[in-house]
Amino acid sequence: MRAYAFRRILQFIPTILIISIIMFVLLNLLPGNAALMAGDQRKAPDPRVVEQLKKEWGIDKPIHTRYFIYLKGLARGDLGTSFLRREPVNKLVGNRIWPTLRLSFAALLISLVIGIPLGFISALKRGTLIDTTAMIGAVSGVSIPQFWLGLMLMYLFSVILGWLPSSGYGHGKISHLIMPAITLGIGYTALLARATRAAVLEVMHKDYIRTARAKGLSEFLINWRHIMRNTMVLVLTTAGLQFGALIGQTVIVEKLFAWPGLGSLLVDSIFQRDIPVTQGCILVMILVFLIVNLVVDLLYSVVDPRIEY
Amino acid sequence: MAFSSVVFKGKSNLIIGAVLTILVIGMAVFAPLLAPYHPVNDADLMVSEEAPSSDYLCGTDTQGRDVLSRVIYGSRISLSVGLVSQLINTLIGVFLGVTAGYLGGAWDDFIMGLTNIMLSIPSMIFALAIMALLGPGLINIYLALGLTNWSFTCRITRSQVLSAKRIEYIRAAEALGYGQWRIMFGQILPNVVGPILVISTLGIAYAILTEASLSFLGLGTQPPTPSWGGMLSNAREEFFTAPWISIFPGLAIFATVLGFNLLGDGLRDLLDPHKE
Repeated sequence: MRAYAFRRILQFIPTILIISIIMFVLLNLLPGNAALMAGDQRKAPDPRVVEQLKKEWGIDKPIHTRYFIYLKGLARGDLGTSFLRREPVNKLVGNRIWPTLRLSFAALLISLVIGIPLGFISALKRGTLIDTTAMIGAVSGVSIPQFWLGLMLMYLFSVILGWLPSSGYGHGKISHLIMPAITLGIGYTALLARATRAAVLEVMHKDYIRTARAKGLSEFLINWRHIMRNTMVLVLTTAGLQFGALIGQTVIVEKLFAWPGLGSLLVDSIFQRDIPVTQGCILVMILVFLIVNLVVDLLYSVVDPRIEY
Repeated sequence: MAFSSVVFKGKSNLIIGAVLTILVIGMAVFAPLLAPYHPVNDADLMVSEEAPSSDYLCGTDTQGRDVLSRVIYGSRISLSVGLVSQLINTLIGVFLGVTAGYLGGAWDDFIMGLTNIMLSIPSMIFALAIMALLGPGLINIYLALGLTNWSFTCRITRSQVLSAKRIEYIRAAEALGYGQWRIMFGQILPNVVGPILVISTLGIAYAILTEASLSFLGLGTQPPTPSWGGMLSNAREEFFTAPWISIFPGLAIFATVLGFNLLGDGLRDLLDPHKE
């Protein structure tokens, strides 16, 4: 398993390399550049200042030269220097990554705790009122615009009831985490509930379940030992693949709740044309997604002993 | 993908989804007849931020424009984004999927490699990057959403083609000396249309939702275009004083996306040969 994990981590390198080329070319074609935006925007920028800034940031060189300089830095784990804040991108991203991870994992936790049992119960009680209600909830959960849901939650819990703070990080207080995590987690919860239900329905009619029932095993043991375990591989696959969507959604949820994470840094840097920061945020988000999927793959062998690496 | 849902027994999914979808399409087509006011020009600051009343069923926004009329016209933007961008995704995904599955070899390896890389980039992030490059605007949204979400279509098409190419009459067509393109797009493609239709319907829902998100961030359509996401974005400051400006566009997005999702689910249940 260790050798497998190592091999997978090595495979990150070409993936990140190709993504970095795509991102670099895309973002460096950006019209308008930070050199023009850094100064006083009401006046036409002084061409000499612009030239000087371009030199300072190294954007006076041709694009392929710039990419190789960037790549050299990347190989050492250096994401470059922010145009506007003149600080290393590593530091900026480093400050923001923990809030994003906290938010994502809180949302993930909510989804796992609610989504999987909900899907499981729905499938076992197929066709009943519980199933119908749960699945109407699930299809609504994947259809609702998250930022709108977030606004409604804010209105209810902050303005009307006054139970929770409406936005901000609040020095890491749990009360500040609750609403953003629910907002971020709702779509993912719904997805997991749907995926779990589908997987259980698929497994339920397999021969080995009939055998288990025929040999007089209690329904409880059938559900837990046979159905649940065999379902988990299917559910994990969906969970891993869709985690990327969750990371993508952090951008909106963080912006809405003024959460100081990678997502809001990414949006700000796009508006400011601060290309090194934009690149850094995107690469780190993708890396998080790749690592989560690696962990999911490794978990396969934990939930299903037949899978060996 | 192991999605599936039978929310209601039988075909209720399909029916409710189809009804919602037809309602939204009707709203978009007949917008000038349905909307009591012009969505952009009928701005009257005398009636700024009025609560819903018999004159303005959904209230007015900060510029004194009728929220209902803007929601009705907004369906045109959302639907066009959903349909055009998903059409681009489907064309790319199907072309790459059919050719990869049928031709195999190095081309297949290349396409699968590309698809895997696309899958490792959260599509929301990719769309954001493209919007940053192209700038806000409707055409740019078509492109940003149309170029970033074809990987699932490609994978599903390819796997369908792999099994379809073993069917007898495809073999027969090969034996008759039909050209590769004719076999791929004339003989194989019609056999694999079902799953593509399902994933495309769900893709429309996704595109509408993502456009709303991008516009909400200020990277999508720009004012005064009456787009649902843009309306929500502009109404953020007034949310606590005039919630109706936000509530109705949000409901419209929700109902439309729900419609396409249910339609997609319903189509899948209908086309799934394994259904009990």
